[in-house]
Amino acid sequence: MAELEPVIGLEIHVQLKTRTKMFCRCENIWGDDGNTRTCPICLAHPGTLPVPNKKAIEWTVKLGVALGCEIAPRALFHRKHYWYPDLPKGYQISQYDVPLCSAGRFVLPTEEGDRAIGIVRAHLEEDAAKTVHVGGVGGRIAGAEHSLVDFNRGGTPLVEIVTEPDVRSPEEARRFLQLLRQTVVELGISDAEMEKGSLRCDANVSLREPGAEFRTKTELKNMNSFKFVADGIAAELARQRAVYESGGEITQDTLHYDPATGRVAPLRSKEYADDYRYFPEPDLVPVEPPQEMIEAARRELGELPGARIRLLEAEIGFELASGLVTSGRDDLYARVPGDRRVVANVLMNQFAASGVDPANVNAEELGKLIEAREAIPRAAFADALAASGNGEFSADRYLAEAAISDASELDPVIERVLEANEAQVASFKAGKEGVLGYLVGQVMRETGGKANPKVVNERLREKLRA
Amino acid sequence: MRPIRPTGLSGCRRSAGASDSISTHSARHRRGFSTYAEKRVVAWGAPWGLAVIDTLRLTAEEAAGLLERNEVSGEELTQAYLDAIDERDAELHAYLHVVGEKGKGVPLAHKDLITTKGIPTTAGSKILEGYVPVFDSTVAAHCKEAGLPILGKTNMDEFAMGSSTENSAYGPSHNPWDPTRVPGGSSGGSAAAVAGGLAPWALGSDTGGSIKQPAALCGLVGLRPTYGTVSRYGIVAFASSLDQVGPITKTVRDNARLYEIIAGRDPCDSTTVDLPAPVEIPSAEDLKGIRVGVPRELNEAEGIERGVAEQVQKAIALAEQLGAEVGETTLPRSVDFGLACYYLVAPAEASSNLARYDGVRYGYRTPNNGDLTALYERTRWEGFGAEPKRRILIGTYALSAGYFEAYYGQAQKVRTVIAQEHAAAFESFDLLISPTSPTVAFKLGEKAENPLAMYLSDLLTIPSNMAGLPGLSIPCGLSEGLPVGLQLIGPEFSENLLFRAGHALERAIGFDPVPERLRG
Amino acid sequence: MSISREDVLHVAKLARLEIPEDQIEAVRAELGAILGAVGKVSELDLSDVEPTSHPLDLVNVWAEDEPRPSLSREAALANAPDPADGAFRVPAVGGGE
Repeated sequence: MAELEPVIGLEIHVQLKTRTKMFCRCENIWGDDGNTRTCPICLAHPGTLPVPNKKAIEWTVKLGVALGCEIAPRALFHRKHYWYPDLPKGYQISQYDVPLCSAGRFVLPTEEGDRAIGIVRAHLEEDAAKTVHVGGVGGRIAGAEHSLVDFNRGGTPLVEIVTEPDVRSPEEARRFLQLLRQTVVELGISDAEMEKGSLRCDANVSLREPGAEFRTKTELKNMNSFKFVADGIAAELARQRAVYESGGEITQDTLHYDPATGRVAPLRSKEYADDYRYFPEPDLVPVEPPQEMIEAARRELGELPGARIRLLEAEIGFELASGLVTSGRDDLYARVPGDRRVVANVLMNQFAASGVDPANVNAEELGKLIEAREAIPRAAFADALAASGNGEFSADRYLAEAAISDASELDPVIERVLEANEAQVASFKAGKEGVLGYLVGQVMRETGGKANPKVVNERLREKLRA
Repeated sequence: MRPIRPTGLSGCRRSAGASDSISTHSARHRRGFSTYAEKRVVAWGAPWGLAVIDTLRLTAEEAAGLLERNEVSGEELTQAYLDAIDERDAELHAYLHVVGEKGKGVPLAHKDLITTKGIPTTAGSKILEGYVPVFDSTVAAHCKEAGLPILGKTNMDEFAMGSSTENSAYGPSHNPWDPTRVPGGSSGGSAAAVAGGLAPWALGSDTGGSIKQPAALCGLVGLRPTYGTVSRYGIVAFASSLDQVGPITKTVRDNARLYEIIAGRDPCDSTTVDLPAPVEIPSAEDLKGIRVGVPRELNEAEGIERGVAEQVQKAIALAEQLGAEVGETTLPRSVDFGLACYYLVAPAEASSNLARYDGVRYGYRTPNNGDLTALYERTRWEGFGAEPKRRILIGTYALSAGYFEAYYGQAQKVRTVIAQEHAAAFESFDLLISPTSPTVAFKLGEKAENPLAMYLSDLLTIPSNMAGLPGLSIPCGLSEGLPVGLQLIGPEFSENLLFRAGHALERAIGFDPVPERLRG
Repeated sequence: MSISREDVLHVAKLARLEIPEDQIEAVRAELGAILGAVGKVSELDLSDVEPTSHPLDLVNVWAEDEPRPSLSREAALANAPDPADGAFRVPAVGGGE
């Protein structure tokens, strides 16, 4: 069998952080007590009507422009019908054949060059409410006795982005998602956190012989972290390969990824395929994004993260550049003085572990700290990083803790230790090198642990050789 | 053409023949505001110090006058209607819920699909039994701001689907002209209330003709406004691109007054616009300079009763006498294809608008236990009546995969054709004229078992509705002792012209809107 | 026009209406008659006519992103057939769809 290549398309939902919901003016915040952020409109009371959130439309245009999309001269809202308690009208107001944004292109920088991922469309819709299943296992549907519906989240503005099936590996999917997420965050339109559900991703997965026709794809859902997206896609690709290898066929299923088992399994298959019965939403009028809105979006775009990766690459190599940009640390990186690779490394590793918001950091002070990093005990360095986001952070305090590396300071102590341990000195000179460790330990003890062990080691050797 | 003969105050002339009827209404109006009704109030109420208000005869304008001059208090006025309701509503069943608010303005009845905060709103359906809204519709809020106390919520065909109120889950209403007959629908309760003296005026809603047709059948004035001029926020939705709320009144001037109160752009309804010009309360009594078109297809359609046609022809001749330039015109496909177009578009939108009735957040829920799917399926089968279920099924079919283009898609194109044909007619004419309903009020039960026959009631009102155009129905005479309605159709935003023409004709025709059998 | 029993059951499912077994035939006949009548629209050749999806020529009607007060939880649940734990309770979705 010829080598099969992965064909992956992604469907991403981004929750917009507008102040109010998409079609009513309830506040767009949750985590409050259930059903305290609702109104007759988002509860779908009889006779209620939607009124679109202007900001949500502006931000969708902004996102479309950032994704290189064409902005529709005339877009429509459509009704998409299906039945579920979290969908109070029995239909979702969404977009169908005339979305706000289409035919875009997202450039994903990779080590081997740029990968252009086609964007089929980005459209605006409202989110469903939240259903909690009671009585089942782990809050899942299976075996539940009943469900409780909370409409606080119902009606949140959502942008759905659909890519062409241009992604070629699980890792690429992950990187794409990370860069997309960073882009969305920098646009200021969403917090885009997968764990909190403000960024969601489903994948359409299939395999084919390169250049040949597309084969049947499956839809993969329920992956709520970047890692799970990659793992889920990898698991599904493996499953499909196995099916093909055994001479079988892939059926068009919707599958669930279970991170606990690493397996993909079909969702209960529905007796009736969804017929969404789309038709143009008669309660809303068409949207013709004004030229000024589109131009403003273009003007305010700034330098997108993808482009910044290439700019940084020359300095520090692709991996670090990509890491810094997609984690939102490249701005801090630019401000921190010092060796470029060293700074980049610290930011991606120890600083990342500290969880400090890069925006709060005093770059000068951090630079000083990083420069002295080898002299500072590891624990102290970690503490320092953790504090680097505080207003009055100053490196000096931590530098004072810097291991004493100055020979003139260490020599007197070393002399004393050598004098006090003649037997070990003789032992070392007779060839027992291991004894050096003991002597270093003694110096460390004398200095209360503050001596730089490396420097002590070197200095002792010098003196012992003499 | 027969001349108009003024008569004295002694009462209406009884019609000699089936199609022959002129009343004394015009004589009263000529005397201005010292009206018959007022005289009765003052003269006959005095001994007890109580006002005796003839609710059958009183127009909203007259009532306003009484209140303004403190001849009657708000409480007394409302009480008069409550007394009338006690007396006659058992027979007419116009009301589903009597409220009897007392206030300073002229009390008003609301069709029961108009959301009223704290007051039950059922839309004539069992699936909303017990539903008490926590908000006011914009229209109800406007009426409240204008100081109009709510008399009550009136009966209607369930979810506005019907032409007789026989589809109400709470029993039909009866025509005050002949209680064995229907008052029309779906705003039949509102029409029965006004014609039966149980409300001075009322609001109804019109999707396929549900204001115009009951107004015609009950001898009243009904306006279906230009789509978009009255807010639908809080109006229980049937067909979103067609529904409009409008006034049902005894006179054209009353109608204009009430329209003024409810019309205008609403930020809660994205499909509304401001009126391009303020509402004018009409006073002119001629039709000079108005070009009136008589569309062949609307006036010669199959199914129009002879008596109806005769009364309408007389009214058209009268219009000419009043100075109108009358001419023939054509709407080649609008009437022929209007019903089919409507009975695809409206059910399709309805199937969608009625999807929210699922027993989860309000209204009826099936007592028959099962899983979630069973909850939906049983709640909806048990809670909806036959007509909504019929239309939901038709509408769902029309929108479903594989059928969309041929049904819903095609119907929306027919709609464009209908709009174009009307626009073409309005290039040569200012108004179009026709009967409102092909028949006078039919007997209860006569069409109830035959949906397609019932749908034909809307034959003449539907085409202009599909084009979003306003239509005014005014009574133009009697046929077999029952009212005949005359439909005036205008271009978008031509309500002032409709009122003007309607008022002039009303004065000339002199129809007495008090049902003969109820005249004292 | 004739529609099949399968069509009727399919549409009923899409519309979440449980037609009692003994009424399916009557519904089928009635729907067929109505669909036959409204099918008249296909007699016209309208290939170059635009559909009317909105009667008015309005575009760009929207609202500023300014919050308005929400309902109290009590008001939100006031009409609920089965309120529980501050939420709307429904049977589980389990069982065949």
